[in-house]
Amino acid sequence: MVNSSDPQAATTVVTPPEGRLTTADGKPLAWALARSQARAKRRAFLLVLPLLGFILITFVVPIGQMLQRSFYNAGFPANMPEISQWFAENPRGTDPDDAAWTALANDLLASAEARTIGVVGTRINYDVPGTRSLFTSTGRKVRRGIEPPYREALLEMDEDWGDPRVWSAMREASKPVTANFYLAAVDRTRADDGSIEQVEPRQRIYVMLFMRTFWLSLLITGLTFLLGFPVAHLLATLPMRKSNLLMILVLLPFWTSLLVRTTSWMVLLQQQGVVNDILVWLGVIGGSQRLQMIYNQTGTIIAMTHILLPFMILPLYSVMRTINPSYVRAARSLGATSWTAFRRIYFPQTLPGLGAGALLVFILAVGYYITPALVGGSSGQLISNMIAMHMTDTLNWSMAAALAALLLGSVLILYWLYDRLVGVDNLKLG
Amino acid sequence: MALPTYASPLERVWHYTYLVICGLIFFFLIAPIIVIIPLSFNAEPYFTFTEKMRSFDPDGYSLRWYNSLLTFGMTSADGPRDGRWWADVWANAKWVQAAKNSIIIGFFSTLLATVLGTLAALGLSRPEMPFRRPIMAILISPMIVPLIITATGMFFFYSNPCEILGLFGLPSNCGRLAGTYLGVILAHATLGIPFVIITVTATLVGFDQSLNRAAASLGANPRTTFFRITMPLILPGVISGALFAFVTSFDEVVAVLFIAGPDQQTIPRQMWNGIREQISPAILAVATLLVLFSIALLTTVELLRRRSERIRGLTPQ
Amino acid sequence: MRTTLILSTMLIGFGLAAAAQEVNVVSWGGAYEWSQVEAYNKPFTEKTGIKVNMIAADNPATPLKAQVEANNLTGDVFDIEVSDAIRLCDEGALVEIDPADLPPAPDGTPAIEDFIDGALQDCAVANIFWGTVIAYDTTKFEGEAPSTAADFFDLERFPGQRGLPKTPKRTLYLALIADGVPADEIYDRLGSEEGVNQAFDKLDTIKDSVVWWEAGAQPVQLLADGEVTMATGYNGRFFDAMVAEDKPFGIIWDGQYMDLDMFVIPKDSPNPEAAMEYLKFATSTEQLAEQAKYIAYGPARKSSAGLVGLYQDGETEMGPHMPTNPEYLETAVMDDPEFWADHDAELTERFNSWLAGS
Repeated sequence: MVNSSDPQAATTVVTPPEGRLTTADGKPLAWALARSQARAKRRAFLLVLPLLGFILITFVVPIGQMLQRSFYNAGFPANMPEISQWFAENPRGTDPDDAAWTALANDLLASAEARTIGVVGTRINYDVPGTRSLFTSTGRKVRRGIEPPYREALLEMDEDWGDPRVWSAMREASKPVTANFYLAAVDRTRADDGSIEQVEPRQRIYVMLFMRTFWLSLLITGLTFLLGFPVAHLLATLPMRKSNLLMILVLLPFWTSLLVRTTSWMVLLQQQGVVNDILVWLGVIGGSQRLQMIYNQTGTIIAMTHILLPFMILPLYSVMRTINPSYVRAARSLGATSWTAFRRIYFPQTLPGLGAGALLVFILAVGYYITPALVGGSSGQLISNMIAMHMTDTLNWSMAAALAALLLGSVLILYWLYDRLVGVDNLKLG
Repeated sequence: MALPTYASPLERVWHYTYLVICGLIFFFLIAPIIVIIPLSFNAEPYFTFTEKMRSFDPDGYSLRWYNSLLTFGMTSADGPRDGRWWADVWANAKWVQAAKNSIIIGFFSTLLATVLGTLAALGLSRPEMPFRRPIMAILISPMIVPLIITATGMFFFYSNPCEILGLFGLPSNCGRLAGTYLGVILAHATLGIPFVIITVTATLVGFDQSLNRAAASLGANPRTTFFRITMPLILPGVISGALFAFVTSFDEVVAVLFIAGPDQQTIPRQMWNGIREQISPAILAVATLLVLFSIALLTTVELLRRRSERIRGLTPQ
Repeated sequence: MRTTLILSTMLIGFGLAAAAQEVNVVSWGGAYEWSQVEAYNKPFTEKTGIKVNMIAADNPATPLKAQVEANNLTGDVFDIEVSDAIRLCDEGALVEIDPADLPPAPDGTPAIEDFIDGALQDCAVANIFWGTVIAYDTTKFEGEAPSTAADFFDLERFPGQRGLPKTPKRTLYLALIADGVPADEIYDRLGSEEGVNQAFDKLDTIKDSVVWWEAGAQPVQLLADGEVTMATGYNGRFFDAMVAEDKPFGIIWDGQYMDLDMFVIPKDSPNPEAAMEYLKFATSTEQLAEQAKYIAYGPARKSSAGLVGLYQDGETEMGPHMPTNPEYLETAVMDDPEFWADHDAELTERFNSWLAGS
């Protein structure tokens, strides 16, 4: 375990052959040591406890509660109890009978009067787009009066009530615990017979967005490596005084507000911005062919690379500082060219720093929200932006939670990897 | 990095190319931050260097955007700048309100994060701490989990923090934290804690535990030991951790977007509005002030780090 | 320790200060917010002593729905579109407003007769008519200037990027108009699958050249910065830029989309009495007319129309800039709140999928 390397822990198991050692007051030594050990453990733990409790309450519990929404949604059964009951009693494949239509009509009326029909319609609309209005408009009509036979009456109001997809979706929604939001988050849906199928090509967006998020994060990690490696190397090999001075150039962006840096890129990259102005002035492009570098993927990539670059440089630098330059010199003296010496001797020694930096940059990039939202246009949006959209615009919170769960899952896997390879206690800031 | 004497001409060329490349990368790092400073003095509402600015004509520059930071949101901005005018600024100007909020929220969240974080770091650095690694991983996770996920979780939780008590049959409604100062402070403290933990544990790595034992053996009680021995030694680390936590709060916008109410609009929230709506150079004026602020903080942290290394005998060679 | 004490006392002081009489109004930001601050808030605070906090949102209905759903209301009065007002009222989220409580016109006409048709709903009172119109940068088209909705989609004759709002409501109709669908057939067409496909097909022709905006101030900024050469946006914002800031913009009234903005009060808002007082004050004849001095939106009361004259500069006639100008009404698409209350969710979903896929 954690404290196996602890020298004091080792002493407790030492029992001399001639009998038990005792302390001055006559207690067995092993027992006394174990007790003081336990007390020390408890004391250490008590110091951590307040914070641990704080983080659990303000961070872990809220996220857990939010994720619960990804598989739990009681909006339909709570407001449509009778028809939900009917679904529970009759297996899939049963054609709706009179009891079902009566239950549906009763529920619709009750729900319309309680003004919860919108909630119900919204829930079904998640599974069958376009059905919210079926519920709200039928609700309005039902309130004006409805007579049995209910089947004919409802079909008269809207023929979509005969659509098996609506019934299948209601059946799915009648169970509060569902995996459907996860299916939707990977562009899958349940067919009328309950099997899983891909959604129409037009609606397949989430897998594409996840791919885009991972691909862009990978690209940004690669770019930060390309830009960060030479700089870290220079900083690590310069004399301390000079490198400390240059280090400020790395740390200043790190300490500068994210919004400030994003704003600067907006200012620099827009069509009438500084970069385009310089290019026109240099004659690289004509005045009328100014480049579109913002409100698209290019903007997201440039700004995020800049923002995340220090997270690559700092771990690389701290590893490179510890590399003994005499290895490379030895390789050179043994006849290696500078390239070979770099590739075979120097570079492998930087791998721990590279791994730490790359994982950190990738983890942070995957969850980025602010920068893509401001400079990304529509092609530079990442999965976080989709989560935000479902949270604030469409209010499909279960969907937001399912997407969040998938994103969180991938981040936690990477975090676990980071802890295994680098160790969270080796995280350094400046 | 000096070039070895045995370098071939090709290597020399490569060496200078390499230096130029590094120079360009440093330029890439720093230019975007520097470029907004002169632009914030633009007399025109544009984001580029005007003709007049390029020819260093004083008419091309003005303080109008800094002025607008004071006047934006005032009940009556025109009029003599007397006591009443300034009272109006203090009470109504939106950026001034935002600055007040940022400072209040930043101060209290930093206090909370630093106290809890330092205690925990002390515990975590003791060799006998049980489950050290998993606990550390949990405490650092607010820095790793995507902000949007944290913020959405907080959005629901703070709307009704007692909802979870309902599971145990307890009253499940006890008011809300969303839209209150306390809510934003708690959220920001959570986000700042990893930084305190990282900085303080890093300071404690070089901390000689036998100093504590020596103090204890000389008759000091744990309290005296902490305040007379431990605290002075780790203080630089604690202060840098606190500064990190403060900056985190000062720069945070996602949690504010989700849980703050109209009374808790902070500087980043105000900037977010401004950037999405109308990036007038007033935003650049705020940005410039923030850059100066970060330079001041960075300097402090660097001085502290060196001091800490000196006390702990880790002076750079 | 002592400083902590002092600071916590300060904090409590702030909390108390915030608890004094106030009302939180969520509106659309930018020039529109400014016009409301000048015409409603300042006189309101002067008269009643109640402080008004203005909160900007891209579309206030969005935070309103989220706050209602999370049962976490921080706003008191929201300025939203009719379709959202009807939908939220249907769902029981809004306070019902009795027209008899609203102040009558100066000549004594009761409010219920004074407001234009559709301006009074069960839970909402309109303040203005506003149009979504196309504006273009006149310096970019010195030869032939664009004049129709179809020109907006013509990248050959009128090159450059386009600014469009990131919502189906104000994009699909434009695509159909540009495709030759008459204004009065828009909703029939949009109600059918083919019509929606037709609109998206038309949008596809310019998709790569579109910069999408979300806040009402953005299209103005995009045009002013030269980021786009044509953009659709709210007519009052363009007016503000043209008149107050002398921007070289031209406006195409062909196929403008006309809508009403309504004030609503959610149930369980933090300051219900102050909210109702604000709503009554802001929708009175004088205040509505006053707002037209600051921005080119048509007041929702007949009695205010007579009072509308010049812009605050004292020389610009407001008439030709108003979306309600009879000349512009011929080709205008009127908002159909029932249609959008029912179809907004599904069309938004389709729109978002379309937008994300590239």
